[in-house]
Amino acid sequence: MKPIFTRGPSFLLRLSIVIALSLILLLADSQFNLFASSRIYLNSLVSPLQYIADAPQKLFSTLSDNLMTRDALKERNQQLEKDNLYLKADRLLLTQLQNENKQLRELLHSQRSFTNKRMITEVMSLRSDPFTHQLLINKGALDGVYLGQPVINEEGVVGQVSQVGSTTSRVLLIVDASHGIPVRVQRNDVTAIVHGSGAWNKLNVPFVQSNADLQEGDLLVTSGLGGRFPAGYPVATVSRFNYQEGALYAEVTATPVAKLDRSRYLLLLWNDHQYNESDLSLTPPESEDVTPE
Amino acid sequence: MSLLSSYRVIYLTFFIGLICAIFPLPIILNAFRPDWMILLLFYWVLALPHRVSIGHAFVLGLLLDLLLGSTLGMHALLFSVLAYLVSINYQRIRYFTLVQTTLLAGGFILLAKLVLYWIASSLQDIVLHSHYFWSIFTSMLIWPWFFLFLRFIRIRFKVA
Repeated sequence: MKPIFTRGPSFLLRLSIVIALSLILLLADSQFNLFASSRIYLNSLVSPLQYIADAPQKLFSTLSDNLMTRDALKERNQQLEKDNLYLKADRLLLTQLQNENKQLRELLHSQRSFTNKRMITEVMSLRSDPFTHQLLINKGALDGVYLGQPVINEEGVVGQVSQVGSTTSRVLLIVDASHGIPVRVQRNDVTAIVHGSGAWNKLNVPFVQSNADLQEGDLLVTSGLGGRFPAGYPVATVSRFNYQEGALYAEVTATPVAKLDRSRYLLLLWNDHQYNESDLSLTPPESEDVTPE
Repeated sequence: MSLLSSYRVIYLTFFIGLICAIFPLPIILNAFRPDWMILLLFYWVLALPHRVSIGHAFVLGLLLDLLLGSTLGMHALLFSVLAYLVSINYQRIRYFTLVQTTLLAGGFILLAKLVLYWIASSLQDIVLHSHYFWSIFTSMLIWPWFFLFLRFIRIRFKVA
């Protein structure tokens, strides 16, 4: 072992170079967002590691899926068939309602877009940065995922895609402090913006006038105003509405509808404008672009 | 042993360390996850400061930034500063007892957590949870065994 370092620049010089480099990276990434386009290559670089780390968990869950008794499978199958029957019956009515809605909208000469394309994705439950609320999903640019894509689950809006790799992406959750989403109150169409608070389970609704018609328990749905999220998906319920006498704005907090920390499968939506007027009818299940798992 | 094969052993430990750093754990245990990368870097810089130093720390920090999805450069900056602190004092630290190095490791991790929090809070609004600091204690609990294990590996595979 060499006791004295003979080669290379001194530690202090190396440290200053590296600190300068890191500071440039920090500023370029956080303030100027210079890595938005190269993130896809950088994320693809580390995605093998992420798949390796996720593999044991995946193996375990497939094993536990396989190790089921016949009775349990039968029971589950029956339950699912029942659910399916109810959903199909609801859908019959929905087609009817949709046609009616279309006719009414034609009478009013107003158009409304419906998103058609969607894709199921699985959450890779790896550790993420402790200061941001994000999830890693196992679909990437190769599957057509794009930056800012809306992500929902069966309960409501989850968030949007914030980083894309070739086979993995990151979803920024609606509770993250840097996330905002335009909403309207389902009951009376009052519009507002919901901001993340940085804590699971709490959202802030700033700039609501203190005389606004808003009550606890009101459902907030996406308004579609930002152009990023399609309209009509549930986001949160108002959990507290409080105002001080004479204050301009009320203090409103809300709770997300979707269980953000417990969802395993998510749904990616394509909110393209090319689907705007293409068809307003519901597509039959066979032609949907849904990839299992 | 040749240079190539000693680097092979070092990089293998880094690879496993990176996987351990992101490995999925139940939510209750997640806060107690030891800071494997800091412990690994601490050991290798202490043992072989002419092999693993600031450059390696920087690259590993960048990889961890990418894996965790944090702002690029956060961990890179931190790891290189820690590697610098260890590599200018390695001769002194080598004479420490295991208890003293454990306390030092705890101090390093506390410093690292504070710096990470400071960088993150200057970039965006964040909420600090108290369990953010719990991993210091698990890291300190694990350090003596981890140290002895890595020394066994280093001697067994004659990494120099």
